[in-house]
Amino acid sequence: MDYMLMFYESADDQACQNDERAGPYWAGWMAYIGAMQQAGLMKAGEGLQPPAMATTLRGAGSRRQVQDGPYADTKEQLGGFVVLDLPSLDAALDWAARAPCAANGAVEVRPVMPPPPGLPG
Amino acid sequence: MSEDAARLAAEAAARRSYGRLVAYLAARTRDIAAAEDALADAFQAALTAWPAGGVPDSPEAWLLTTARRRLLDGWRHARVRDAAADTLRLIGDEFADDEAIDAFPDERLKLMFVCAHPAIAPAARAPLMLQTVLGLDAARIAAAFLVAPATLGQRLVRAKSRIREAGIAFEVPPPAQWRERLDDVLEAVYAAYGSGWDDVAGTDPRRRGLAAEALSLARLLTQLLPDEPEPLGLLALLAFCQSRAAARRDAAGDYVPLDRQDPARWDHALRQEAEAALLRAAPMRRLGAYQLEAALQSAHTQRALGAPVAPAAIVALYDGLVALHPSLGARVGRAVALAAAQGPVVALAALDAIATDDLAVVAAYQPYWAARADVLVRDGRVAEARGAYERALGLSEDEAVRRFLLQRLRSLP
Repeated sequence: MDYMLMFYESADDQACQNDERAGPYWAGWMAYIGAMQQAGLMKAGEGLQPPAMATTLRGAGSRRQVQDGPYADTKEQLGGFVVLDLPSLDAALDWAARAPCAANGAVEVRPVMPPPPGLPG
Repeated sequence: MSEDAARLAAEAAARRSYGRLVAYLAARTRDIAAAEDALADAFQAALTAWPAGGVPDSPEAWLLTTARRRLLDGWRHARVRDAAADTLRLIGDEFADDEAIDAFPDERLKLMFVCAHPAIAPAARAPLMLQTVLGLDAARIAAAFLVAPATLGQRLVRAKSRIREAGIAFEVPPPAQWRERLDDVLEAVYAAYGSGWDDVAGTDPRRRGLAAEALSLARLLTQLLPDEPEPLGLLALLAFCQSRAAARRDAAGDYVPLDRQDPARWDHALRQEAEAALLRAAPMRRLGAYQLEAALQSAHTQRALGAPVAPAAIVALYDGLVALHPSLGARVGRAVALAAAQGPVVALAALDAIATDDLAVVAAYQPYWAARADVLVRDGRVAEARGAYERALGLSEDEAVRRFLLQRLRSLP
């Protein structure tokens, strides 16, 4: 079964990317991604540029709005994701706990939806 | 009497006797969920009755009588006429309201055997024991075991209905099944503590934050089974690990491995409890995996306190442990001990053999990679050590351990 792990980082963790804490920050993430790759679990995964780089398109009936910034302005922001092939939700939570952002942010775990019935797989 | 005082009295009774009350009711009905519900109702009733009428002489007897009435009412309502209801009706007036808890038979040992029964899914056993014997709430158990609260709830409900429907007996198992059934109980108590204790490098943080609860389950077992050596071994093991918990972090919050810990920061009362438990087990002359694990902990502790411990003696203890219980942690520990006793080449061969046997599990087992990296450094294979440290780093759950491994990585030539 495929699970998506979505990594939500606090603003302070995200700031590490570009300040004097960049070394350990990237080493932690590279090692984490590497461990998932070497365990042969990873089906997809990307890191995202910071929420300040986001542009959000919103529909409101016939009108539409385009605005700078992320869809929801929350304390923790989506920083990246992976899709892992795992036997159970328990195993997915084990891997989520190892994410560097798990200490100060959050990791959302969601099962990936199988193709709807009747569609060519 | 005020409501606050009544609440305090009810809470004190719950802390003191929750497990005994659940065990007593469930042992007679085989229905743990109904016993817990009835007891919860009784606690609720106490909050109304005690402020007006005062706290009874024996709160436990009051709670038990009230819970028993709730159970009977429930059955009358559902028109259940089964043996359990009859039994409960018979024992109904066995105890007067003013009798102390000591007057009730202590059925907690039977309850522990039921919780760890082979018919119960292994993943449910420790959570079930924590909930029924200690009264821990499900949210806390779910967080400690890193499972979804809904999943844990389902597992607990399923386990309880299985006990009721399969008619699993509340009994201390007969001699023919004794050893295996006791092993299951010990394993569930150990699982409540965590899975990090068998890690010699000490960098696996899978301790569950239920250390005090696991220790009290282990202590309870040694009281209920005073002539069995393995519960004492388990208690010693957990107490040794826990005695060093505070010393695993320095003032800056950084991780400190065992060989650099300051023994002044250990909990020496707990360490002495561990040594004493191990000493009590020894004359019973039935060695087991938990006693061996505890003996290893004792040896590591002694060495850190400055006593010379021969590396070959540590290897011998691990040999015994692997023969009895070849867990991944024990096999990795043996390989590390081999590095000290016979050098890194022998140790690497042992580590290679583990990876060949169980590659998928090893790929997610942090202590293996931390140990492998240390051994590779000793053998001068720096490039490979770097890769192994990175694997260990990527599998770490703990920020302080990540910092520690990163330092090791950077100190490589």
